[in-house]
Amino acid sequence: MNTSYTLGSMHLKNRVLVASGTFGYGNEAAPYTDLRALGGIVTKSVSWLPRQGNAPTRIAETPAGMLNSIGLANVGIDAFIAEKLPFLREIDTEIIVNIAASTTEEYIRILERLEGEEDIAAYEINVSCPNVKEGGLNFGTRCDMTETITRELRRRTERTLIIKLTPNVTHIADFAKSCENEGADAVALINTLVGMAVNFRTRRPVLSTITGGLSGPAIKPVALAKVFEASKAISIPIIGIGGITTWQDAIEFLLVGASAVQVGTASFRDPDAAVKIARGMETYCREEGVEDIQDLVGALHIDAGTAAPGFVKAREQEKV
Amino acid sequence: MSVINTDVEVTSNEQVAEETFALRFHSPSLAGQLLPGQFINIRVSDAVEPLLRRPYSISSVHGEECEILFSLLGKGTHILATKRAGDRIGILGPLGNTFGYEKDFGTAVIVAGGIGVAPFPHLTRVLQQRAIPVLTFLGARNANRVVTRGLANVHVATDDGSEGFHGTVIQALAAYLDSHEVDRPRLFACGPNAMLKATQAFAHERGFACELSLESEMACGIGICQGCPIERTEGERKYALVCTEGPCFDSHEIIFHEHHHA
Repeated sequence: MNTSYTLGSMHLKNRVLVASGTFGYGNEAAPYTDLRALGGIVTKSVSWLPRQGNAPTRIAETPAGMLNSIGLANVGIDAFIAEKLPFLREIDTEIIVNIAASTTEEYIRILERLEGEEDIAAYEINVSCPNVKEGGLNFGTRCDMTETITRELRRRTERTLIIKLTPNVTHIADFAKSCENEGADAVALINTLVGMAVNFRTRRPVLSTITGGLSGPAIKPVALAKVFEASKAISIPIIGIGGITTWQDAIEFLLVGASAVQVGTASFRDPDAAVKIARGMETYCREEGVEDIQDLVGALHIDAGTAAPGFVKAREQEKV
Repeated sequence: MSVINTDVEVTSNEQVAEETFALRFHSPSLAGQLLPGQFINIRVSDAVEPLLRRPYSISSVHGEECEILFSLLGKGTHILATKRAGDRIGILGPLGNTFGYEKDFGTAVIVAGGIGVAPFPHLTRVLQQRAIPVLTFLGARNANRVVTRGLANVHVATDDGSEGFHGTVIQALAAYLDSHEVDRPRLFACGPNAMLKATQAFAHERGFACELSLESEMACGIGICQGCPIERTEGERKYALVCTEGPCFDSHEIIFHEHHHA
């Protein structure tokens, strides 16, 4: 039974990665899980300079989910290379560095700096953080900006290039298409949805930044629909993200068109969640007689004559 | 030390004061290694609602069993209150640092507000094993909410005067210190942030060593979510994480702001 996957120049032993910002730099969760059993680790976002992050309160629990407003708190590129990368490169799994920046030039500078470091398999470009004042979501909600960044980074690296997309747009497929056109190896979706929590007693917003990013099981249905939408528009691989908590969730993402998945918020509940999901997927394949897990990708059965959702139909007409 | 991420069996759960419970569970490995001040993250249910674990101090250790104290606050504590012997809960830990009980001081002065009393029975036992004198100042809303189990030399203060000193725990502490000789005190405080802030100011005014055990919203408890920052007084990094760098901080290390409602 084959669970492996080659994505650009990166070879994954299985389809399960841990999502950026939900697994630190690997070392924190190491005592609680077998990092070698992961397909890959997507690091906490790395920016050029260290970022202190937002003031508390940074998190709020919501029905079957949570809001966060961390503000890309991270050690910056120098400390990442000096202090975090040495641990990561010793792990027998693929390392995907997530890059966050406020300008196209900063994205380029960070990527070029990392090009000089060995043992990095891929870059995931964060154009979709809702919790910072500059950059972040401003890039990810403009197709032209997403295109520029993808193009500029593509011409500077042969490593696998993944663009992480926000669901906070009208048609995510347009953005996925832009990434494909400019040479991205894959798109990862979805990042968090903008949300808000209010304390009726204090009559104040719960988060210091008023709004934050919603994640967890609550967003899974949205994520499935977005992956489905994107999969109808592009032919490069999609990495599905959004509320994946069990192996069943992960299989569902493959069926709607994801080639791999990332486990995020579930790791907060159980740092071993991603490994359990990878094992569960393997058992499922064995029990169902699936010889190559790739056979599940996009294998959703839709009865003939079922009206496709409006957004999918619109794109199909466009193709003609 | 080995980390624990497993389901354990609840052995008892009793109400010990108004809306306040003491829950015991069986975990020889946690009982055998837990140090005063450390906490665990509890998953109260297998369901995804409530989604996150909740941090709890271990209150006391009894052979192979550990006890937590909690009061009814929200979804998680209401579910915990329904647990009976034989039910299971998920525990992750031990987490965080410890109280500085090995530091050099003459008398341990415990300052607890409400359910902030939780970590102190275990600390008291360890201090007593070391023959260190312990004084405890305990603040509560009213007499029905006073929990003194496992504590030593307790002085109670209540908001409504229904038991002990009528006023805040800090006022009770100040009054005591003004009329008693206490040998080289070190304050150990846990409670609502407003109380910790007052304790911090009091300790600095009198030049006492003081450490504060903080509560915070927390998603993971192990430093991966970055969700529990507390502002530091100095250094390059503006924030420390309560879960991995705390929950116990020297009172000179951290700054409380108005927006800390907890």
